[in-house]
Amino acid sequence: MADTAHTGPMTSHDHDGGTRRDFLSIAATAVAGIGAACAAWPLVSSMNPARDTLSAGAPVDIDISKVQPGQQIIMLWRSRPIFIVNRTPAMQAIVKADKDAGQLRDPNSDNNQQPPYAKNVFRSVKPEYLVLVGICTHLGCIPEFVPQPGGTLGPSWEGGYFCPCHGSRYDLSGRVFQGVPAPYNLPVPPYHFVSGTMIRVGENPSNSTFDFNSIEQI
Amino acid sequence: MAAPQTQSKLVRWIDRRLPIFTFLDHELNEYPTPKNLNYWWNFGSLAGIMLTIMIVTGIFLAMEYTPNTNLAFDSVERIMRAVNYGWLIRYIHMNGASFFFIVTYIHIFRGLYYGSYKEPRELLWMLGVVILLCMMATAFMGYVLPWGQMSYWGATVITNLFSAIPLVGNDIVTWLWGGFSVDNPTLNRFYALHYLLPFVILGVVGLHLMALHTHGSNNPLGIDRKGPQDSIPFHPYYTVKDMFGLAVFLIVFAVFVFYFPNALADPQNYIRANPLQTPPEIVPEWYFLPFYAMLRSVPDILFIKAKLAGVIAMFGSIGLLFILPWLDTSPVRSARFRPIYKWVFWLLVIDVLALGMVGAHRPEGMWIVIGRVGTLYYFFHFLILFPLIGIFERPLPLPTSISAAVTKGGGKLAGASAPMEKP
Repeated sequence: MADTAHTGPMTSHDHDGGTRRDFLSIAATAVAGIGAACAAWPLVSSMNPARDTLSAGAPVDIDISKVQPGQQIIMLWRSRPIFIVNRTPAMQAIVKADKDAGQLRDPNSDNNQQPPYAKNVFRSVKPEYLVLVGICTHLGCIPEFVPQPGGTLGPSWEGGYFCPCHGSRYDLSGRVFQGVPAPYNLPVPPYHFVSGTMIRVGENPSNSTFDFNSIEQI
Repeated sequence: MAAPQTQSKLVRWIDRRLPIFTFLDHELNEYPTPKNLNYWWNFGSLAGIMLTIMIVTGIFLAMEYTPNTNLAFDSVERIMRAVNYGWLIRYIHMNGASFFFIVTYIHIFRGLYYGSYKEPRELLWMLGVVILLCMMATAFMGYVLPWGQMSYWGATVITNLFSAIPLVGNDIVTWLWGGFSVDNPTLNRFYALHYLLPFVILGVVGLHLMALHTHGSNNPLGIDRKGPQDSIPFHPYYTVKDMFGLAVFLIVFAVFVFYFPNALADPQNYIRANPLQTPPEIVPEWYFLPFYAMLRSVPDILFIKAKLAGVIAMFGSIGLLFILPWLDTSPVRSARFRPIYKWVFWLLVIDVLALGMVGAHRPEGMWIVIGRVGTLYYFFHFLILFPLIGIFERPLPLPTSISAAVTKGGGKLAGASAPMEKP
């Protein structure tokens, strides 16, 4: 439409590069574009998690009294596997010793992959109990718990997690090693101890406002 | 453009109001096609026929399938055991995906060898790349529907690719899933899109054909038609040749459907999806293996983490094809007259096959090395070799016309030196 205006008699009014008809065309196109975007919004938004899916993501209580030293249990929270390991003193010693080794991508948990109250060498509230979201930060597979040192993973293996999909490796506090495809440490969910043997996953302790959605990578 | 010669009053009555008979006559009977097309030109029509087969079998499968995480796996088993000929329809659909990709890949490599992407067929080629991307999305989502272990974990791995996007990655993945993991909402939307996308492909195929019929087919000599002596009508000459090729193709297809229906499938997918148990090895369908290899091969590059770099390499490997017409600097289309490119072409074929092998193995030992070298070569081939060869290569003299080459033995000589032309 704008083109016809330029070739028609209205060209004489074309002082500053645009006619009234140009203005009307641009304004109408802009309104139609905004309208189309507004109409698309509910459609796009409908693909985000629905209310019932969100409410299914409420905190869960997990009884850890029966988890033996060296054992891992897997529970579900927001349909994601939650790893809970009761680390033996030997395992804790290995985690501590790892700290200065340059083999880890993020040995001090500097990336936002855990609540502030789990930002320590054990990446946990209590040194013995490790709580992780059991999803590889590479492409979402579930890493295997391989606590025994050595074995098929080589003589330098001190125990930790091995992802069968693309070979990513993590130590016994879920810190990722160098030279594997996974970019980040395994995430730690918000959790706190309701009692000595009961943890609530999905809820911060009362003194924290950590938002799990703010982490780098699930 | 004259209406077809017919005595039928009805045909003429319709044609005056809706000229479909004129259109068909123009695009099939009159449509001038180079007289020297070889059997590599069969694969375009084969791809079209595969698309039809997939849509028809897919519609009938949709009548029996249930897109719900609790029911999907059982509904597919019901199709296999209880529905009349359900096994046949599903095996055709399942193996059809593989054969659709086989003919499409051959079609693409034919275009690469004979320079079919060059002026004035750039848009024709780019529309083809769009079709390839749509096919990949459709095949991926279709593979999720049976809700077996590979369905679930393949979907998990591929949707997680998008989490590599900085800042908004996690939000995009949640949006794709409609939840906190691959779950019922994901299955439902994949089903809806798996039904939709084939019709999108059909639309783009229409555009692909419009672009094709604007300048007509390229040919093994890669030179333009110069007059009526260079061409023959599409019908009946190439319809009958396409039908013969189709018969041969369907025999091979039927051998797989009836005798080796699961040869191209992963047995893990006959195990119901289990969100708490990752299979020992997640492998995509064979037709994605070269791209999967690139995804896993790229190491950390400067500040880009391996994960993002791998995703960029994988999508880049196809994105690259869009600019291919401008990367190739040679004015000569057909590799028959390009003494260097003729051999380099086969290096790419070997490279892609090698990457396919890498994709099928765990990323350990020599497979990591081959994967990295293969990925590097793929990009080197298109981004460095393509422009350079065009500049430094001295092409052989082109025949004066298709007719001259075909009838006076010129084509025979060139054909003898290029093994690809022998069907």
